[in-house]
Amino acid sequence: MQAQTEVNAPTPKMPQRKDKGFKAFLKKCKDQRALLIMTIPFVIWVFIFKYLPVWGWTMAFQDYKPARTFSEQEWVGFKHFLFLFESDRFLGVLRNTLAQSVINMVLGFVTAIGLAVLINELTNMKFKRVVQTISYLPHFLSWVVAAALVSSVLSIDGIINEILMGLNLVDRELLFLGVGEWFWGILGAAETWKNVGWNAIIYLAAISMIDQEQYEAAKIDGASRVQRIIHITIPGMKSVIIVLLIMNIGYILEAGFEAQYLLGNGQNVEYSENIDVFVIKYGISQFNFALATAAGMFKTVISFVFLVAANSLSKKMGQGGLY
Amino acid sequence: MKKAKKRKSGFMKTREDVIFDTSNIIFMVLLCLVMLYPFLNQIAISVNDASDSVRGGIYLWPREFTWHNYEHVFENASVLQAILISVLRTVIGTGAGLLCTAMVAYAIAQEKFVFKKSVTIIFIMTMYFNGGLIPTFLLMRDLNLIGTFWVYILPTLISAFNLIIMRSFIEGLPKSIFEQARIDGAGDFRVFFQIVLPLSLPVIATVALFLAVFQWNQWFDVFLYNSSNEYLTTLQYELMKILSNSATQTGDMASAFANSGGGSAEIVTPKSIQATMTIVASLPIICVYPFLQKYFVKGMTIGAVK
Repeated sequence: MQAQTEVNAPTPKMPQRKDKGFKAFLKKCKDQRALLIMTIPFVIWVFIFKYLPVWGWTMAFQDYKPARTFSEQEWVGFKHFLFLFESDRFLGVLRNTLAQSVINMVLGFVTAIGLAVLINELTNMKFKRVVQTISYLPHFLSWVVAAALVSSVLSIDGIINEILMGLNLVDRELLFLGVGEWFWGILGAAETWKNVGWNAIIYLAAISMIDQEQYEAAKIDGASRVQRIIHITIPGMKSVIIVLLIMNIGYILEAGFEAQYLLGNGQNVEYSENIDVFVIKYGISQFNFALATAAGMFKTVISFVFLVAANSLSKKMGQGGLY
Repeated sequence: MKKAKKRKSGFMKTREDVIFDTSNIIFMVLLCLVMLYPFLNQIAISVNDASDSVRGGIYLWPREFTWHNYEHVFENASVLQAILISVLRTVIGTGAGLLCTAMVAYAIAQEKFVFKKSVTIIFIMTMYFNGGLIPTFLLMRDLNLIGTFWVYILPTLISAFNLIIMRSFIEGLPKSIFEQARIDGAGDFRVFFQIVLPLSLPVIATVALFLAVFQWNQWFDVFLYNSSNEYLTTLQYELMKILSNSATQTGDMASAFANSGGGSAEIVTPKSIQATMTIVASLPIICVYPFLQKYFVKGMTIGAVK
């Protein structure tokens, strides 16, 4: 999803140091003061709200006490990080984070591509539009609403249990959210239900760029519907798929937290708790700011490394990078 | 469209085509049912008599129709307050966010702007890292934003994602319009307000929808910053409280809420209250997004496929 934010800004006109250096630059600034007024407040804003919190990472190396000033804090080096990696709970959290995002990613890709291909094959335009509109619906619901819907569908008297009972597939109702091992699958299904229609948008756009003559030619050559999909539609989406796939590697530790937090409970905690939920529990509920910051910082740094790597990989493969 | 017509004129539909199309349509109908069912089911429960719903068996249609659940929810003072806060933050957050995003987008879309690249990078970077939950929480505390309404608006004024969408759109506007205006002596502010904004309506609609959905759906910042300020909680947060109480089986909140009405013969249950709140919390967006479809589809594809 993040790949459409491609930034191929044309090379900006740098202040022309050749001419009169700093003076010319100042004159330019003066000429463009309206543009400066439009941006400077927001540059200050972005530094305060987005960059300043990074300074808070220092907490991860301290025994942070909210009452003390910065200079009074006690520095403890990597103590919190060592604690994290020696605790079984955090290792489980790490496993859950990786498993959840890999499952969500694979499911997300396959279902969105599949849906886009099938929507593209619909010949009745009105029906096509209705299907698309309906498929976007869950994306616009909050996770609170989505979690309410998911848990009511999965509840003891929910539709899934009724269907399973009706078909005699199970002897008694299943407590879906009460079985830890099922959580990753439920999460993946919920995530897919919520976002598949939305994620298909980009693939549909890619399909619409494919030259229609290719289909006509294939038809004359006697290619079947399925053959046309495999040999024309899917290759036509290839570059978009590759870009999105590579970029998603950068988000390998970002499995979100809303669904996990809202659908998680005491019975499935060993499978639902990921890094973000861990940070919320330690930081906000137990006020262990330092440890929570260390966990959050670990996640951000690893993600950033993955992202830089993915981006250079993407550039090497000639797909253009994000920045 | 073209494809369909040509097939009719030039080619017969083969048997394979018929099988494919039929199964595809059946699949799509099933898919739509899966997408809609949970939502329609909650609607049915929300307009069904609460004590009757407990018996189960409500699917897509109510058995004993009543508005009682809605009456009960809308009589509750804290729900009304939450609706007010949700509406306020959606309106103010969307308006302020739009103006700020558009202004920066306009500036960084100008070829000649001296800080074009640096400002762009400063914003883009924020997509890839953040200080994280705790440092952000402490910042809000230090800025004295906790316990105020503005903690909903200020930290989320500009998102890099929306900024890029807007910038791409403005860069795509014909340059000659700006130049003509400048020759006529218009400054950047005038060009922005009188020319760029009116021409950018499609992208404004897209970003407005994104911002409004974001603001309306937020519950986590309420949980973080204002959970102890009852008069500042949002609808989503109230629903979250009901949900988490019914999940832990204590049901205190929902059942207390459910039975607080009094006076009326009809009862309400946690289940029907949850269904009603779910619908109230999602209906406004459900009613709006289909009309903006062509805009957001375009917005989403900007930059991805050129």
